Amino acid sequence: MQPANLLLITLAFAAIAYGLGYFRSRTLAMPLGGIRHLKSLPFYYGARAALWCGIPALIVLALWAAFQGKVIQTLVIGSLPTELLPANEGEASLLLSKISNVATGALPKGFADPAIIEAADRLTYLREQSSLYMTVLVVAVATLAGFIAWLRIRPTLNARVQVEAMLKWIFFACAALAILTTIGIIFSVAFETLRFFHKVSFIDFFFGTQWSPQTALRADQVAAQGAFGMVPLFTGTLLISVIAMLVAVPVGLMSAIYLSEYARPRVRGIVKPMLEMLAGIPTVVYGFFAALTVAPFISDLAASFGISASSQSALAAGAVMGIMIIPFVSSLSDDVINAVPQSLRDGSLALGATQSETMKKVIFPAALPGIMGGILLAVSRAIGETMIVVMAAGLAANLTANPLETVTTVTVQIVTLLTGDQEFDSAKTLAAFALGAMLFLATLLLNIIALHIVRKYREQYD
Amino acid sequence: MTKHRSQAELVRQSLKKRYRKEKRFRAYGMLAIAIALAALLTLFSDIVGKGYSGFMKTSLNLEVSLDPQVMYLDDATDKKQLRMADFVEPLVQALMKEIPGATEADRDAVRRLINPYASTDLQEALTANPQWLGTTREMSFLAHTDVDVYVKHAGDKAYSIKLSPQQREWVDQLQAKGVVDVSFNDVFFKGGDSRDPSRAGIWGAVVGSLLTMFVTLVLSFPIGVAAAIYLEEFAPQNKLTDFIEVNINNLAAVPSIIFGLLGLAVFINLFGMPRSVPVVGGLVLTLMTLPTIIISSRAAIKSVPPSIREAAAGIGASKMQVVLHHVLPLALPGMLTGSIIGMAQALGETAPLLLIGMVAFIVDVPDGFFDSATVLPVQVFLWAGSPELAFIERASAAIMVLLSFLIGMNALAIWLRKRLERRW
Repeated sequence: MQPANLLLITLAFAAIAYGLGYFRSRTLAMPLGGIRHLKSLPFYYGARAALWCGIPALIVLALWAAFQGKVIQTLVIGSLPTELLPANEGEASLLLSKISNVATGALPKGFADPAIIEAADRLTYLREQSSLYMTVLVVAVATLAGFIAWLRIRPTLNARVQVEAMLKWIFFACAALAILTTIGIIFSVAFETLRFFHKVSFIDFFFGTQWSPQTALRADQVAAQGAFGMVPLFTGTLLISVIAMLVAVPVGLMSAIYLSEYARPRVRGIVKPMLEMLAGIPTVVYGFFAALTVAPFISDLAASFGISASSQSALAAGAVMGIMIIPFVSSLSDDVINAVPQSLRDGSLALGATQSETMKKVIFPAALPGIMGGILLAVSRAIGETMIVVMAAGLAANLTANPLETVTTVTVQIVTLLTGDQEFDSAKTLAAFALGAMLFLATLLLNIIALHIVRKYREQYD
Repeated sequence: MTKHRSQAELVRQSLKKRYRKEKRFRAYGMLAIAIALAALLTLFSDIVGKGYSGFMKTSLNLEVSLDPQVMYLDDATDKKQLRMADFVEPLVQALMKEIPGATEADRDAVRRLINPYASTDLQEALTANPQWLGTTREMSFLAHTDVDVYVKHAGDKAYSIKLSPQQREWVDQLQAKGVVDVSFNDVFFKGGDSRDPSRAGIWGAVVGSLLTMFVTLVLSFPIGVAAAIYLEEFAPQNKLTDFIEVNINNLAAVPSIIFGLLGLAVFINLFGMPRSVPVVGGLVLTLMTLPTIIISSRAAIKSVPPSIREAAAGIGASKMQVVLHHVLPLALPGMLTGSIIGMAQALGETAPLLLIGMVAFIVDVPDGFFDSATVLPVQVFLWAGSPELAFIERASAAIMVLLSFLIGMNALAIWLRKRLERRW
């Protein structure tokens, strides 16, 4: 049975358990003279039975559904005759997709050799068995646990306390998912990164100025290893981020100052949501705008001045990314500026300073740490931004500081290395995870510093 | 005394300069806002300008004579014959009749005005209605994409280079006669992706997006709310709670592409889940949106005044009852608003989905959570990368559809907030 259907069945079982628990508690209460002789309301007896019935079954279901695919794959590969056994992971995944294509009928049986057909039959058989066992196990667990919970209903049982304790644990598990996600991220990038460094040396990766992983496609090539120096990617990312910040910081900061200090409430009420609209536009739309409108415009403009500009210039991607980040900078700065106590403002104005002098000499210095924190968060967003650069920046890893040339970024390379055909064990694929690890570390560091600054600053006025 | 006066004098003298500075500063602020709003306006007008024509299609209204002789078909119920029959010839002949000056030598040029898939449409029509064989019928077919682009951008030279001057003249004649006709592009809203821009539609991507969003909503809303309740109401002040909070704050700022790497490594490589399916996409987007939902739900819970909790506790409610019966219903509007905004973010997200393979070329409309699918923003990405003008036009049109979904969701969130929010 499909996991999705089984999920519905488990929920139905839990609902039945609720009903049975509810009525058993009422029947038990009847001879005693009504439900007021129960320790808890009948609802809680029902809820307790439903939780007992549903939760273990759902855990079994989730674990089985998560691991069955991998276990079946291993079993099928293990049952292959020795001459067909795959040498590495890449071959294994090729072989597996062939087998599953035969099993689903996408690949006619006549084209495959008998061992593959046998393996395909075995795959189908194992899948059927697995789904049968899963169904039986889940139903058995649900029934058994539900039955035990139902059996143990007594008028003296304090079901409410038990249900509340269970709910609290469920809530805790949901909150702890955040830790699990972080661990998942760290492990998923860390393992592959370590394997990458077995193939490519540490120094080559961090200090190499050549990036051309595509040459690693064919094993018989002269430069079969490709070049994995991340310096050009790093400088490319930096160049685009700097351009983005040059657009976003002045515009974002000045509009925040104007909106918080000068604008009338009505103007603010109209302009602020419009600025926030910029933040709600999907990045793929910005990428489209950058690649098809801004980049040709810039290259035409440069050509009219007699300068040659690439059709995928860093300037186009950076400028559009800057536009995307404007609302981010402006709303963070707005918050910080508004958090500066009114007394500072009044004091300065009372001494005869103009509004701009108050802003520049009193409020801005007071708000500076918060604004810096906001800008750091914006930088981390610029570094991690993917779609704009994938669509508007190029693939050529040039080591340049000229904004009119094509550069590539860390995120562009991750996407290019991991979409399309890939063999999982190659240095090329692993490099993407190594880049991911660098990206994760860089943004994590920026975020921690930024949050620290913001928090430290806040304590001063609260 | 004199010193004081001179200082007042100094101040007065500098006033002019200071006021000028003040004005300049103010002008910078206005300029900044003008730049930002101009960028917004340019973006929207650019997309509307490029994409409005994507909502129109060009069709050919032809009188097709379904002659058995021409089609090499004498029994329209025979599947084998239907497969072998010639469906192009009747279309070409019908179009030749409409163009007076066309000779036999122009056959190929005329044929290239008809959409390559039009013959398939004719075949399907005849399979459904075998009795049409031998009759002459008025039917409408899609024009070739080059004709489509030329007709919609008449007068713009850049759009007509693919047609020869002769063909352009024919198309102009046909348009004057009403044979070439521009109408609302229903194909765009009905079909999946296609190699031919005229037949490409967004319905497949919309369904893929809906399936993915359903998985995301079903998982992230309950989990996010539960986590927020725990952290706000139950969590003890200890290292573990602090650690959870630090994690949530950091996850909210982790680039989305990292979640794609997580999905690829854990869901696909470790658990062996299939690539490019809505379930995996939904799981990845759930992990990505959870921090946003948790943070906004916590703010909503925080805004419920403590007096509510104290009153409920005072009449004997347990802690859990206080939370579930009193705090949660009052915080729900705020939680919903935050979740809708989080979902809007997830709907527009592209990068992590590229890594889990939702970027494949998929023609069929997905019919389940485990069926290969793509989503709306990825469809935009795929079309935007095509060199064909007709695809760019459709990418813009798809962006308009995507943006209208997003604006709708944000409007709903604002409406909910206005409608249900309570001030204490």
